Amino acid sequence: MTTSRAAWLFITPALIVLGLFFLLPVVAALVLSVTDYDLYALADIRNLRFVALQNYWALLQRPLFWSALGHTLYFVVVGVPLSLMASLGAAMLLNSPLARFKPFFRTALFAPVVTTVVAVAVIWRYLFNTKYGLVNYVFDSVGIPTVDWLGDPHWAMPTIILFAIWKNFGYNMIIFMAGLQAIPGDLYEAARIDGASAMAQFRHITLPMLKPTMVMVSILTVSGYFQLFAEPYVMTEGGPLQSTTSVLYLMYEEGFKWWNLGSASAVAFILFVIMFVVTAAMLRLSKRGEPA
Amino acid sequence: MSPRLAKALVNGLLIGAAVIAIAPLLYMVSVSFMPQGQASALPPPVLPKNATLDNYRQLFMNAGMGRYLFNSLLISTCITLVSLAFNLMAGYAFAKLEFKGRQRLFQVLLGALVIPAQVAMLPLFLLLKYMGLVNTYGAVIVPALATIFGIFLVRQYASGIPDDLMEAARIDGAGEFRIFATIVMPLLKPIMVTLAIFTFLAAWNDFMWPLIALTGQEHYTLPIALASLSREHVQDSELMMAGSVVTILPVLVLFLALQRYYLEGLLLGSVKG
Repeated sequence: MTTSRAAWLFITPALIVLGLFFLLPVVAALVLSVTDYDLYALADIRNLRFVALQNYWALLQRPLFWSALGHTLYFVVVGVPLSLMASLGAAMLLNSPLARFKPFFRTALFAPVVTTVVAVAVIWRYLFNTKYGLVNYVFDSVGIPTVDWLGDPHWAMPTIILFAIWKNFGYNMIIFMAGLQAIPGDLYEAARIDGASAMAQFRHITLPMLKPTMVMVSILTVSGYFQLFAEPYVMTEGGPLQSTTSVLYLMYEEGFKWWNLGSASAVAFILFVIMFVVTAAMLRLSKRGEPA
Repeated sequence: MSPRLAKALVNGLLIGAAVIAIAPLLYMVSVSFMPQGQASALPPPVLPKNATLDNYRQLFMNAGMGRYLFNSLLISTCITLVSLAFNLMAGYAFAKLEFKGRQRLFQVLLGALVIPAQVAMLPLFLLLKYMGLVNTYGAVIVPALATIFGIFLVRQYASGIPDDLMEAARIDGAGEFRIFATIVMPLLKPIMVTLAIFTFLAAWNDFMWPLIALTGQEHYTLPIALASLSREHVQDSELMMAGSVVTILPVLVLFLALQRYYLEGLLLGSVKG
């Protein structure tokens, strides 16, 4: 048997799975999004009609779509920078020569990452319970006014952001640690001899040297955060007053609650395009001012 | 700042961060042993008075938790074993076996990484419905049997294997499958462990797709069952915490046992070119 025939045999199983259950459905989603596929079409495919861009057009007229997009952007724009700051802060602490018991702390800080979103969301729902939650109890005992965390439309999204930071910061922390370790120690040595303060060292050595890591981590985190779904599903069911309804939550309800699969596919594609444009723009921006 | 103060500050902050990271999990364990109703009191109790296993008993006897645990184990194990085989073979072929269009094909796969999985979900549901797979274990298992990330990870790792090893075996007349099984597989062992634990954790924790594909309770995985229980039992905090413990504990233990491999994989997977 030739090597190239063997190679095809080796890749065929994986290609069938990816082709049939991922790439084909992606193309089909594009087709679906220009049809009125709904409950009637699900019952009898002859009810299916081509509607061109009507699904997209209808979505752009729906206030709920815009608010879902707004909530998702809120989650991304506020959540990503805060998450990255938490990750970088934790990485720098762990990387400090002064830190003790590093393996223990690393494991402890990383633990939330491997937990199941649904299960920890259930814990947070209890911790942030307005009446019996530990958080409000502590607030009350030290004299801070208590908050209706998940019941107040203004506070529900911030609470979910807080949850997401807690759940995810360990992941990027590990990547930042590797990035920090790759910075040559003599740079800091030289800066210290020149009398640079810790803050100056951070601004002029750490941040510039971390830039490639930072760009990659930001892009990955932004695309991850655009896919907000399980948190509002478990913690708030998209409420209160739809204040935590994300784009994917809308897609899920549109598709699998109301069975408007055509319109839901349009939602999915709009999200994809937005994610693509945003991450491409980030990549572009990060390359500005660099020699090509 | 004096060195001693700096040291106290760094370690103090680390302790604070570790408490924030771990305390909710410890609290979950504590509340899961409280008798019904004890957690909904003021002040919120930190430790259970007269600890009990009632919540666990109720979960397994009345709420079908044993079934969901079995489903999760079965689905995650099947996905892990089969996808490991498929991804290993494909990753190795992309790294080490010459064939026409190899670069091109790999570029296409890498390009597809930017497409969020959710875009495929609606047609995938219809496809599986026509195949009669919706609401079977297969609906969750089959689409997960190969991943671009897994192929990418194996390819990265396998590129480091010297070609001479395979060349020598070929001259001795060994077939490609024998070379793969006897020479390549042993060398890929570390990445196999890494990929296996990654896949298992991802399959165990997966939420959106199983929620869509498993429409009947009898096939629910733990996260889906927990989400559905938590909508019914909003007030039963003790019961829900016990359910969370059952859901989280297996993956947490697995991670603690194999964390070196997991963290290595995390770094390997994020160094994209």
